[in-house]
Amino acid sequence: MTLDLAPADAAFQAEMRALIADVLPQDIARRGRQGFHATDEDVQRWMRILNERGLSAVHWPVQYGGADWTPMQRHLFQIELRAAGAPVPDQAALELVGPVLYTFGDDAQKAQYLPAILNGDTAWCQGFSEPNSGSDLASLKTTAVREGDHYIVNGQKTWTSEAHKADMMFALVRTDSEARPQAGISFLLIDMRSPGVSVRPIYTINEGLSVNEVFLDNVRVPAENLVGEENKGWGYAKFLLTNERTMSAETPHTAADLAMLKAIAAVEKRGGRPLIEDPLFAARMARFEIDLMALEAAVMRVLHMEEGDPALNATASVLKLRGSELRQRIADLAVEALGDLGLGVFPDVEGQDNMDVLAPVPPAPDYAAGWLSRAMFRRATTIYGGANEIQRTIIAKTVLGL
Amino acid sequence: MHFSLTDEQTALKDSVQRFCERDYDFEHRRALLRGDDGFSRDHWATFAELGWLGAGLSEEDFGYGGGAVETAIMQEAFGRALVVEPYLSCAVIAARAVAAVADAAQKEALLSAIVAGETLATLAHNEVQMRGDDADVTTTAIPDGAGWRLNGRKSFILGGPSADVLLVSARTGAGVSLFQVGAEAEGVERIVYHAVDGRRVADIVLTDVEGALLGQADAALPGIELAIDHGVVGVLAECVGAMDAALWLTRDYLKTRRQFETTLNTFQVLQHRMADMLVETELARSMLLRAVACLPDADPVSRRAGVSAAKVQITEAAVKVTAEAIQLHGGIGVTEEYIVGHFYKRAVLARGLFGASDFHLERFAAQTRRALEAAA
Repeated sequence: MTLDLAPADAAFQAEMRALIADVLPQDIARRGRQGFHATDEDVQRWMRILNERGLSAVHWPVQYGGADWTPMQRHLFQIELRAAGAPVPDQAALELVGPVLYTFGDDAQKAQYLPAILNGDTAWCQGFSEPNSGSDLASLKTTAVREGDHYIVNGQKTWTSEAHKADMMFALVRTDSEARPQAGISFLLIDMRSPGVSVRPIYTINEGLSVNEVFLDNVRVPAENLVGEENKGWGYAKFLLTNERTMSAETPHTAADLAMLKAIAAVEKRGGRPLIEDPLFAARMARFEIDLMALEAAVMRVLHMEEGDPALNATASVLKLRGSELRQRIADLAVEALGDLGLGVFPDVEGQDNMDVLAPVPPAPDYAAGWLSRAMFRRATTIYGGANEIQRTIIAKTVLGL
Repeated sequence: MHFSLTDEQTALKDSVQRFCERDYDFEHRRALLRGDDGFSRDHWATFAELGWLGAGLSEEDFGYGGGAVETAIMQEAFGRALVVEPYLSCAVIAARAVAAVADAAQKEALLSAIVAGETLATLAHNEVQMRGDDADVTTTAIPDGAGWRLNGRKSFILGGPSADVLLVSARTGAGVSLFQVGAEAEGVERIVYHAVDGRRVADIVLTDVEGALLGQADAALPGIELAIDHGVVGVLAECVGAMDAALWLTRDYLKTRRQFETTLNTFQVLQHRMADMLVETELARSMLLRAVACLPDADPVSRRAGVSAAKVQITEAAVKVTAEAIQLHGGIGVTEEYIVGHFYKRAVLARGLFGASDFHLERFAAQTRRALEAAA
């Protein structure tokens, strides 16, 4: 057993660092490293730069425009992207619907959607959750009834991230109400400009807009927008949700957060000395850094395990649970570290979709930008993607056999 | 990076696991603790025969070509069975201290005797005021003719009651030196008692005791620190073994214990607590790999920061998981005759040995602070 990064992997990581430094525009990098939320324009510029180099979706197969990288290479690339402050591209498209389309879609769907995803030209949203189907997703009620060469879709989706900007939605819809819940669900692609689609913003406690309600009222969807087979959608959704285990720990994001937190602790003072020299604060920050080290080690173990290794489920199961908790705790500590600057509402980004502001938003030091907003929004990290209580039940049933 | 074991390491793991399962049940352990030595000298001879006493040492150090990975394999199995033989204090810490500090002839004499099972040695370094600060040595040694005279008091020395050879650290002119002292030498008083987990320990009072210098005078502290770091990682491996054993024992208990006309595993509140125990155990196991990996670090400051991080994370997890194991067992969990409470006792010992969490958190934080200052 050796525990150093293999020389080839270490060299690869260094190569990626140099490449990113070379191609990431400096103004975008500056905003990213200061913790600003990336603008839509920044994301799109960055996607095109990546796509010119074939790096938009490095985990996709080469034949669909990916690079066929190993999970390890991809993880190292992510570490370098987050450390450099690169914008986070359209996750719904690249991580979720893209792999479903190249795995289960037909040739026409692949040709129509995949290149546009890689270039950042089509924005996607995920239409899964409904008002009465959250953790119990299989109980969803939105219906799609076949009429000639169309489906007529009726229902309501909620918590739909980026629906207000999306061109397309990939949705789970009920096509058979007689079958058991999981067996009557299909995977459908819906053009957000179709008549009958309406989007209502849901402002979240960070005063920002990222999630929405989507109402589907007699929406006519061409039958060729069905992915795979009718009533097989639940299987595709499960594939999508377990597609990338190690991503769920989000350790590259947390590592970047921690670097920003340290920068705050080096300048913000209490009792005349920087927080990093305050033993109580330093101990709390150190504890989170140690938690991150343990989580990173778990990610590395998962990346090195073979599919089918009996220990894989046990190790992978910790990632989402602990990764999401740590993201919350580090943002919380940053808010505390900022003192008054952590309690006032200051701008996160130029052009962010904020709700009507309650009072003027004065400028603040760059390092304070966005932390309050992030800490508020991160209450969602332990809820989305399967609430952590669901994760615990999954661990109890599948790993512990309880 | 390879997380998988070599064939030799797998064979070692199988062999030590087989021993623990076949020859080391809980009742046997209870009997050993009540015996004269508090452990079995027959087992010790078996350890020597099977090559385990040199499993974690390189061939230059008179071992069988292994290192910290082999030590972790042994210690994890020992933690699972709550083994009471002085493996950690003799084959890991004392051997590492000799390897790091002594000269070639001293190494050959001491290490080959330790590996052969002929000599039980222990590092008598800890003092009651240290609480993890290895530099805080108050025992003194002064030159006396060709040798040295030692005075002072060592505290809570694992393996101390049974040791033939004491490796005693003492302050000398400009630093700390290490001395070989016969356990029966004149002026050595051993105050024997037992630790929370039942193992014997000793305080050692040294009054004008004759000691033989190992290696160079004033230069032993870095080697002692390295030996203790290996010892800490050994303790952490024991913790992982103990946690894992407590976790699955509790799982099995919940599946059989009936209350309210059903087995306890059907209660979601208990399922979730067990899920959290699993998460803690898996993170601890991951962190252990990181701790093993940081031991060869050439920079002692960053090595010690890495060991400290792992000490905090793993011992806190071990106490939490084993305490939960007691809670989920209910009353049987707090009885002397049932094993689950003894996993907790070993975890409590691990948490306090070689400095508690606050000490290690502070040492780790100091490294972060230095790195930030260097970057500024």
